[in-house]
Amino acid sequence: MTGWEVAADHYNYYVTIFLMVAGLYIVIARGNMIKKLVGLGLFQTSVYLLYLAPGRIIGGTAPIYDKNYEVYSNPLPHVLMLTAIVVGVATLAVGLALVVRISEEYGTIDEDEIFAKDEDQ
Amino acid sequence: MSSLHEHLPILQILVPLFGAVFAALTRSGVVAWGIAAIASAIAPFISAGLLLHIIDTGQPISYVMGAWAAPWGIEYRVDLLNAFILLLISLIGLVSIPYARKSVAAEIDPHKQPWFYTMYLLCLAGLLGIVITGDAFNAFVFLEISSLATYTLIALGRHRRALLSAYQYLIMGTIGATFYIIGVGLLYVATGTLNFTDLAARLGPAMQTYPEPILAALAFMTVGISLKLALFPLHVWLPNAYAYAPSFATSFLAGTATKAAIYLLIRIHFSVFGTHIVLKTVPIEEVILLLSLAAMFIASFAAIFEANAKRMLAYSSVAQIGYITLGIALANKMGLAGSLVHVFNHAIMKTALFFALGAMVYRTGMAGMTGLSGIGRKMPITTAAFVIAGLGLIGVPGTAGFISKWYLAIGAIDHGWTWLVFLIVLSSLLAVIYVGRFIEIAYFREPSAELASAREPPTSMLAPLITLAAATIYLGFDTRLTGGVAMRIAEYLLGGT
Repeated sequence: MTGWEVAADHYNYYVTIFLMVAGLYIVIARGNMIKKLVGLGLFQTSVYLLYLAPGRIIGGTAPIYDKNYEVYSNPLPHVLMLTAIVVGVATLAVGLALVVRISEEYGTIDEDEIFAKDEDQ
Repeated sequence: MSSLHEHLPILQILVPLFGAVFAALTRSGVVAWGIAAIASAIAPFISAGLLLHIIDTGQPISYVMGAWAAPWGIEYRVDLLNAFILLLISLIGLVSIPYARKSVAAEIDPHKQPWFYTMYLLCLAGLLGIVITGDAFNAFVFLEISSLATYTLIALGRHRRALLSAYQYLIMGTIGATFYIIGVGLLYVATGTLNFTDLAARLGPAMQTYPEPILAALAFMTVGISLKLALFPLHVWLPNAYAYAPSFATSFLAGTATKAAIYLLIRIHFSVFGTHIVLKTVPIEEVILLLSLAAMFIASFAAIFEANAKRMLAYSSVAQIGYITLGIALANKMGLAGSLVHVFNHAIMKTALFFALGAMVYRTGMAGMTGLSGIGRKMPITTAAFVIAGLGLIGVPGTAGFISKWYLAIGAIDHGWTWLVFLIVLSSLLAVIYVGRFIEIAYFREPSAELASAREPPTSMLAPLITLAAATIYLGFDTRLTGGVAMRIAEYLLGGT
C-alpha cells in the first residue's frame, strides 16, 4: 500500500485522535467550568470511536446466527460503549450539579475569579 | 448444587450495592446509618471467608457472571492479592462506621444524611468491585462508580472550597479513568480479550505482532491509574479534596480509595503485562522510582510547611504513597512485599490520624495547627492516639510503619541499591519534623481560650480511633497477617517469570 492508501485506510483513527486531543486541550486551556466539562465530554466521546471503529467489518452484518451470512461485526465494543456512555452521562450530570452549586456559592463559574475570591478572605 | 459459600465473590459487591439502594429510599439519617452499618459489618466476613478459603486451598476462586464462561463473560477472580486488599478495604469500612454516626450528624444537614450514607455505600461497593473483578472494562465501571460517589462525598464538606475541590477532582479523575479505558481499548484491539488472565496469556504472542499499541496501552493505563492513586506530579487533586471533605469521608477515603488504585496498578504491571514486558522493554519502573522519590521528599516538605493539619496529613499521604510505589518500582520479592505491607499499614495509620483529627474538629471546629494549640491537655486520649499513629508514619520500631520500611529497605539492598536505604531513612526524618511539629503544638503550648470547653469525643468516635492506634502497635510486632501474606503474594506475582 502507498502512504496515501494507508492514510485513507486509517482516517477514522485520525478523527479519533483529533477529537481526543481537542477535548483534552479544552479541559486544560479554558477557565470556564462549563466549557471544561464540554471538553471533558468530547475527550470521553472520542474513546467511543476508538472502540467502535475496529469492531466494524465492512460488509459484515449484525451478529445474528443465520446460514445466509458469514461475516459478522463484533458486538462487544458496542455493549462496552453503551456502558461508557452511561458513565459519561453520569459524570457530566455530577459535574454540572457541582458547577450549579459553585455558581450559587461564588456567583461565578470562572476558575480565576473563584481563586481570586477565596484569596480575598 | 449451589450454596451461599459459592456466591461469596458476588455477595461482596451486592451487599453494599443493595445497601446503597435501601439507604437512598430512607428519609432518616439514623436508619440510613443502620443500613450502612449492617452492610459494612457483613463485608469483612465475606472478605475474610474468601481469604481463608484461598489460603486453605492454594487456588484462586473464579466466579463467572450469569454463567457466561470466563474469557467471554465477566469473571470475578479472587487470588491472594485481591483477597488481601478486599479484607483491608472492608475492615476500614467496618471500623469507620461507628465513627460515622456522630461525625456525620455534626457535619451534614439532616436531610442530606441518607444520601451521604448512600454515597458511602456506593463508594465501598465500587472500591471492592475494582479489586475483585477479573475484567479490565468491568474495573473501569467500578472505578467510575467509586469515583462519582467520592466526588459527591467531598462536595458535601462545610466550606465552599469543598465544591471546588470536588470539581477539580472530577476533572482529573475523569481524565485518569478515560486514559485507563483508552489503554484497555488498545489492548482489546491487539488481543481481542478483556479478561485479565486471558490478557496475560495473549500479550506475550501479541507483543511479537503489535509491540507499539501494547506499549502505548501500558503507558495510558499507568498514567491513568497513577492519577487515581495520586502518584507525585499527578497528586494535585488530593490535598484539597482531603482538606475540605467531611471528616468521615476523609478518613474513609484516605484508607481505601488510593489503595484500590494501587492494587489495580500492581495487577496491571505484574499479573497482566508481567515483569518480562514491563521491565525489559521500557524504563517504566525507573520512572516510577524517580517519581516515588520526588513524592517522598517534596510532599514531605509541603507537609512540614502546611498550616492546616488536614492538609498536612494529606501531603503526608502523597509522601507515603511514594513509599508504596517505591516498592513497586523495585519489583523484587522484598520490595513488592514491603509495598503491600505498607498499603495495609498506611491505611490503618492514616485512617487513625484522620479519625483523631476529625474528633478534634468535632469538639473544637478547628483544623488549623495554631488553633489546636494545647489540645493534648484537653483531649489526652485522642492526642495520644494521634501521636502513636504519627510515630507509625515516621517508622519508629515497634509500630507498623517500621515493618513496611524494613521490608522496603531490604528490597532496596536486594536490588543492589544501598543508597536507597539512606534516602528512605532521610525522608523518614522529614516525617519526624511534621509529626513533631504537631506534638509540639499539642503538648507544649497553653490551650487557647477557644479550647476551654474541648473534651474527649463520644465513645463511638473514640473506640474506632483506639482500635486503630492499638492495631498500629500490634502490627509492629505480629507480622503474620501483613508480612506473611504479603511475602506469599509477592512470590505469587513474581513467580511466573
